Amino acid sequence: MSQASTEIVRISGHAGSVPGAGLNREFTVCKLVDTTTCIGCKACEVACLEWNGYTFTETTFDNSYQTMPETAWNYWNLIKFNEYENEDGNLMLLMRKDQCMHCADPGCLAACPADAAIVQYANGIVDFQEANCIGCGYCMTGCPFNIPKFSPTARKVFKCTLCNDRVSQGLEPACIKTCPTGCLHFGTKAEMKELAETRAKQLRDHSGYRNAGVYDPSGVGGTHVIYVLHDATNPEAYGGLPKNPQVPLMVRLWKHPLKWIGNFGMIFGVVGVFIHYLRFGPKIVKEDEQHGDAA
Amino acid sequence: MIHGKYLLPNGRVLRYSFHERMIHWTAAVSYVYLLLSGLAFWSPWMFWIAAVLGGATIARELHPWLGIVFSVAVVLMDGMWGKQMKETPADKGWWESIGHYIRNEDDKMPPADRFNPGQKLLFWGFFVNGLLLLLTGLILWLPQYIPWNLRILRLASIFLHPVFALFTIALFIVHVYMGTAMERGAFGSVIRGDVSRAWADHHHHSWFQQVLREEESSGKSSGD
Ligand code: HEM
Ligand code: SF4
Ligand code: SF4
Repeated sequence: MSQASTEIVRISGHAGSVPGAGLNREFTVCKLVDTTTCIGCKACEVACLEWNGYTFTETTFDNSYQTMPETAWNYWNLIKFNEYENEDGNLMLLMRKDQCMHCADPGCLAACPADAAIVQYANGIVDFQEANCIGCGYCMTGCPFNIPKFSPTARKVFKCTLCNDRVSQGLEPACIKTCPTGCLHFGTKAEMKELAETRAKQLRDHSGYRNAGVYDPSGVGGTHVIYVLHDATNPEAYGGLPKNPQVPLMVRLWKHPLKWIGNFGMIFGVVGVFIHYLRFGPKIVKEDEQHGDAA
Repeated sequence: MIHGKYLLPNGRVLRYSFHERMIHWTAAVSYVYLLLSGLAFWSPWMFWIAAVLGGATIARELHPWLGIVFSVAVVLMDGMWGKQMKETPADKGWWESIGHYIRNEDDKMPPADRFNPGQKLLFWGFFVNGLLLLLTGLILWLPQYIPWNLRILRLASIFLHPVFALFTIALFIVHVYMGTAMERGAFGSVIRGDVSRAWADHHHHSWFQQVLREEESSGKSSGD
């Protein structure tokens, strides 16, 4: 969590308006991950721990280069490895830097019941404010990318901040700064989109990756972390990147129709019994009704 | 005047024993906490309620524990009332005359047993939804232990838990209204435990006749 001076455009569990409503900044930030030039050195994993002050934890060896099976509450940045045989029968070692995607339409924020535990800034960063988090874990269910993770000691949920604290001071994220191959880029969404498309075209035209493309899923309104993939038709091969991520239908139904039906029902019930009382009054039993024996 | 186990020396009728009242209030107090904390998480408009429950973080911690208390109370209640809550053939007639009941034309109602069919519906509604709330609540309690590939369970629970809660809320609104404002004398029955003979005869005629028969034939009863 970090407090940034950038404008807030969306607040979880919040009744009322937001301070950044109607603000239209000139640019939104974006991180570009070019999986085709990643060498799997994990420098970004280390930089993330360094900057955020987390200690190194034990790795889990599972016959792969991967540090652990999925990101953890204190390990926000994980290179996912996959030994993948492509259609030509060639073995490819796919590597993808996994972290929060900073969705334009964040499922975590939609699901969160706590006022201001999750905020979205005008620059696109989705940030958890752990001081306001109640530890319910709804965000873990709302996120289509399996990103928010529960800390059993803090009893709150953590995830990548896109280095909001650095970005708000005009610095690039720690992972970007450390990447030795230049496979990570940071800039405005428009710039990164353009750079990504250029690279994808290059891969298609000159490197024989016919299906190379950019991953910026529209199901969540686009993301502020985008990927260049050798094969954009099969994102699942890159450590389970969902093909068409969306805020889960259950979350949508629960937060919209159900909430309104429920609120209407409860108001109807309370008003209903009140009107019944006004119309029919109480049932009062006369004490001398027929009970000789009661006297 | 006869008195004994149910017919009290003060001329009133024991409707709920101390044991029954304790279980009722364990369920009721835990339910009210569950309801208020649940509503706080249900809507941003009601999030402020959490402040009076110890703060939202505490309310989030306590809600599932009170859910366990509530579930135990509901199961104990089933043990003590389950048999008397069984549907009987006579219930149909009661439901057919429900309009009279609503309009307070109680003289036109068929006689009720210890629990009238409306109370039976309340009981079973709470029992079934209570167990479903427990099931979905356990999943909401510890989502970090439900692996990603089983997240359909989390998604189903996040939607269904409030659905079941809403069913109980409908029952609860009617129950509280009837127990306090509408049916005078009912609230005392679950606080002090007794009701007047006229009340017993009026609202639960069949039960009251049974009590009278039992006390009369019981050796322990004494005339004075
Ligand atoms: C029986 C055991 C129960 C368990 C284990 C349980 C557990 C949970 C958990 C873990 C949550 C997530 C947030 C929180 O911790 O407060 C929750 C939410 C909630 N619970 Fe329960 N609960 C139970 C019973 C009930 C009952 C009886 C009600 C009746 C009113 C209720 C109403 C709610 C509501 C309205 C929510 C918020 C749902 C939403 O945000 O849409 N719960 N419950
Ligand atoms: S656990 Fe997630 S959903 Fe719950 S309050 Fe914290 S940030 Fe919001
Ligand atoms: S990837 Fe998950 S945690 Fe990150 S913004 Fe999107 S929904 Fe929220």
